[in-house]
Formats: sequence, C-alpha cells, structure tokens
Amino acid sequence: MIEARQIAVTFNAGTPMETPAMRGIDLTIPEGDFVTVIGSNGAGKSTFLNALAGELRPDSGQILIGEQDVTGWPTAKRAGLVARVFQDPLGGSCANLTIEENLALANARGKRRGFGASVGTNLRDDFRAQITRLNLGLENRLGDRMELLSGGQRQAVSLLMAAMQPMKILLLDEHTAALDPKTAAFVLELTREIVAERGLTTLMVTHSMRQALAIGNRTVMLHEGRVVLDVRDEEREGLKVEDLLHMFEKVRGEEIDDDALLLS
Amino acid sequence: MSQIAFLGAIEVGLLFALVALGVYLSFRVLQFPDLTVDGSFPLGAAVCASLIVVEVNPYLASLAAALAGACAGMVTAWLNVRLKILHLLASILTMIALYSINLRIMGRPNIALLGETTVFSPLENLDMPTYIALPIALFVLVIVVKLALDWFLNSEVGLAMRATGVNPRMARAQGIHTNRYILGGMALSNALVALAGALFAQSQGAADVTLGVGVIVVGLAAVIGGEAVMTTATVFRATLACIIGSILYRLAVAGALNADMLGLKAQDLNLITAVLVTLAMVLPGVRMPFRGKRKGGMTS
Repeated sequence: MIEARQIAVTFNAGTPMETPAMRGIDLTIPEGDFVTVIGSNGAGKSTFLNALAGELRPDSGQILIGEQDVTGWPTAKRAGLVARVFQDPLGGSCANLTIEENLALANARGKRRGFGASVGTNLRDDFRAQITRLNLGLENRLGDRMELLSGGQRQAVSLLMAAMQPMKILLLDEHTAALDPKTAAFVLELTREIVAERGLTTLMVTHSMRQALAIGNRTVMLHEGRVVLDVRDEEREGLKVEDLLHMFEKVRGEEIDDDALLLS
Repeated sequence: MSQIAFLGAIEVGLLFALVALGVYLSFRVLQFPDLTVDGSFPLGAAVCASLIVVEVNPYLASLAAALAGACAGMVTAWLNVRLKILHLLASILTMIALYSINLRIMGRPNIALLGETTVFSPLENLDMPTYIALPIALFVLVIVVKLALDWFLNSEVGLAMRATGVNPRMARAQGIHTNRYILGGMALSNALVALAGALFAQSQGAADVTLGVGVIVVGLAAVIGGEAVMTTATVFRATLACIIGSILYRLAVAGALNADMLGLKAQDLNLITAVLVTLAMVLPGVRMPFRGKRKGGMTS
C-alpha cells in the first residue's frame, strides 16, 4: 500500500514567485490499484509524481510505501520500491549506451552492483527473450545504441525496463504524451498488458481525460494542489469525459478552461 | 626526425596516454569538465619525487602519488556534489590550491632524481638502450591500464558510472547513487593523472612545480584527436583512441618542431598545441556528414 499524507510543496516560498504546487494531498493506493491522475496544467500532477519518486522532498506531510516511511529517502534509495517511466522518451534511457546496457542498468535496479560483467551471455539471452514480446524486431539489435530507436520504441523498452525488477509502485509520467496517436495506443496497450500480467500497483499521470477513463480501475483528479475527485470501479464504469467534467464543476463550482484537458 | 626523437615522442605520448585515459573518464564518461588535472599531474610528481629522495621504494612512491591524485579528484568532486559549486569552477579551485600544496610537499620548486633508484632503474640492466626499453615498458603498462579500465567500465559498477554521466536522472531512478559515482570516478581519473605525473618525473629525472601547466589541454588533445581518427562506439575503442590520440599528438608536435622550414622552436609548443586541438575539434565536424551520427543526443 502506498500512502500520501497531507503532502505539501511550495516553490520559491517567500518570494514574489511563490507557487504552492501541492497543498496537502491525501491519497491511499491499495496494492493492485491502477490509478490514473488527471488535472490541468499546474494542478500538481508532476509534482506529486516527483514527490513519490523521491526527486522532490515535500515541505510537509508523509509518504509511506508499504509500512515504510520514505519521505526523506532520496530517489536512488527508493529505487527498489519505485519504478518509473518518464514523459520524455529520451529521459528514461541512456541515449549513447546500447539497448542491452540500458536493460542491464534496469535489471540491477534496487540491487547491489558488483564488478562482474554488466551484460553476460545468460543475461543477454534473457534480455532477448524479454524484448521479443514487443514485436518491434529489437531482439537482433541489442547491441545498437538507444539513440537509434524511435520515440515509441524507446518508451516500449522503458516500460520493459521498469518491469524487470519487483516494485511496490510503478509511476508513469505522461509516458505516451510525446508519441503520435498510433504509437501512443501501442504503448498504452503494452502498459495494460504488463501491469495486468504482473499485478502491478500503478499510478499513471495523463493529460487526456479519455485515456484516464479508458485504463486502470480508478481515476483521481487534482486541482490547485489538492485531490478534488476520486472515483473507482463501479462508480467509474461507464463514465464519460463529459460526466467527469460535470463532476469536477460541481466539486469546484467553476468551469474548466484548460483546452488541452477538454480536447485531448 | 631522428630515431631518438621519434622514440622520445612515443615515450612521452605513452606517458600522457595515462593522462588521456583519466581525462576520458572525467570529460567523456562522467561528462565532468575537470581542470584539476593541471594540479594533480605535478602533485603525483611531487609526492613521488619527495618520497624517492628519502629512500622510499619507487613503486610505493608511485602508488602514493596515485592515491594523492585520487584525493585531489575527490576534493573537486566533493566541492561539486556537496557544496554545489559548478564543476568547472570546483576543479579550478582545487587546481589553484594544489599549486601551493605541491610547493609544500616538495619544500622547494623542484626536486632532481638523477642517480636515484626509480621504477625505471631495472631497465638499465637490460641488453638494449634505455631509449628503446623505456617506451616498451610504458607500452605494456599503458595496455594493462587500458584493459583494466575496459573491464571496469563494462562491469555493473562501471556501467552505473557511465549512466551517471549520460543521464543522471535516469541513473538515480535505477537506484544509482550518482554523487558517489562522481566521487569515485573523479578519484580514479585523477589517480591515473597523478600516476602519469609520478612516472613522468621518474623518466625525466626531476619533479617541478610547473610541470602541470597545460596538461589538461594535452590530455584533451589526445582524447579529441583520438576521436577524430577513429570511431569510439565501444569502451574498448574509446580507450584505444585515447592512447592513439596521445601518441599522434606527440608525433605531430615533434614533427612540427623538427620541420626546419617551419622555423618553430620549443617555446612555440603551447601555440602548436592550441592549433592542433582546434584542428582536431573542427575536423570531425567537417567529416560528420560522411560518418553518420556521432555521440549522444540530448538527454534531460
């Protein structure tokens, strides 16, 4: 179980640029939940995700993963509990390392690294078997540099990398946002498959309300650094984008004017 | 160019190949522009020479020099990762501080090693002239260091160090404590440079506090020159390029100084270096369209 208790972060506190990015977010994610997170620009989605990942330390509040209070843990220390796929297809891998070297990096997530060869024969066979499932023909290109891959291929490999070692939560940071619609659909389908097959607890940030309702079993909406909507299972079943908008307006008593949120 | 001048260039080229490997580690692997080198090279020479004149075993003295270099590298890295000082500035601070420290270590501006036992003394008993034996011994050493470095950079720890340089955010997400790897990598880099300084002092018969001037540029010249003449897609090729680049650089300098028609003299060395580095940096750019994509794209 992952628990965020009243976490708050203010950027540039005490200056004229002061921006409260999170004003006390409370969220409990039981094991096996697949939560999609939506919200307009500046709602605190990315900040929340960064706080869970450890890239950002909240000013106040607590983050628990399992029974462990990880609030003060830096990213690297949390890596055994948290896996992440970045929005930027270039961000989740090392461009000038080979595909197999990138896989080897992910394969050692949360484990002690030693002085043995990073990519041995056994490991290479294992990588080949795993990457074959992507159907992208990458199994014969393990020695190619990551930078030779397209954005969609990189995101697919990043997903595979994230799922290589056990984790308590998988964080997906708008990981299809930089892709064309067809590739985005492919990566999303792959996400669904991998999450289902390993029963991963997942938190996916997305810009698209449609996508948020189409995947996972629970949807959370953030607004101005707070959770304003939290629907799951039966309640979410059959919900349409318009319904979501109505619910949001009722909660906030105001209209959404973020085009990106409405149109995508 | 006479045979002795040629072998002399090879000898110095091999010595500076160690510097080039160190510079490759900081500039290329960690992407940490490190000028500490100008201080850690004479530091190695100073520590080694000071110990040798008080009759310490020259092998131990060279090892001590490498350890001193490692400390210098860690100071620079610490200034950067803990005190958040810009990497370039952090390394300049260490470099400047080392000038005073080197004077303190030696107690005077230079120490002569003539007549002392050095790591190269056993070569004098061989059946061949020293000017031939020395390059051969250095060649073996440089190859051993290169292969050890290849093995290290291809290990799990080494791969984590490379990831730290390429994409620190991704590296952290994989559980890599990037600060520790920067500290370790900078220590290793400057240990190699200081070792080169120690061997340089022993082969030239003196340590001098001004030895370090321009060492970083020579190291860079070797790294960039090597990349200009061959592709560096794998670690094996990249480290090989450092060695080849270092030797080519020395041969180019020796050639320029020996070409009477150019009228160049020893005092023109730094000017020649600057011109050669500039050429090496520009030429690959000109050739780029013909050899496909070069190293890493953007990483965020």
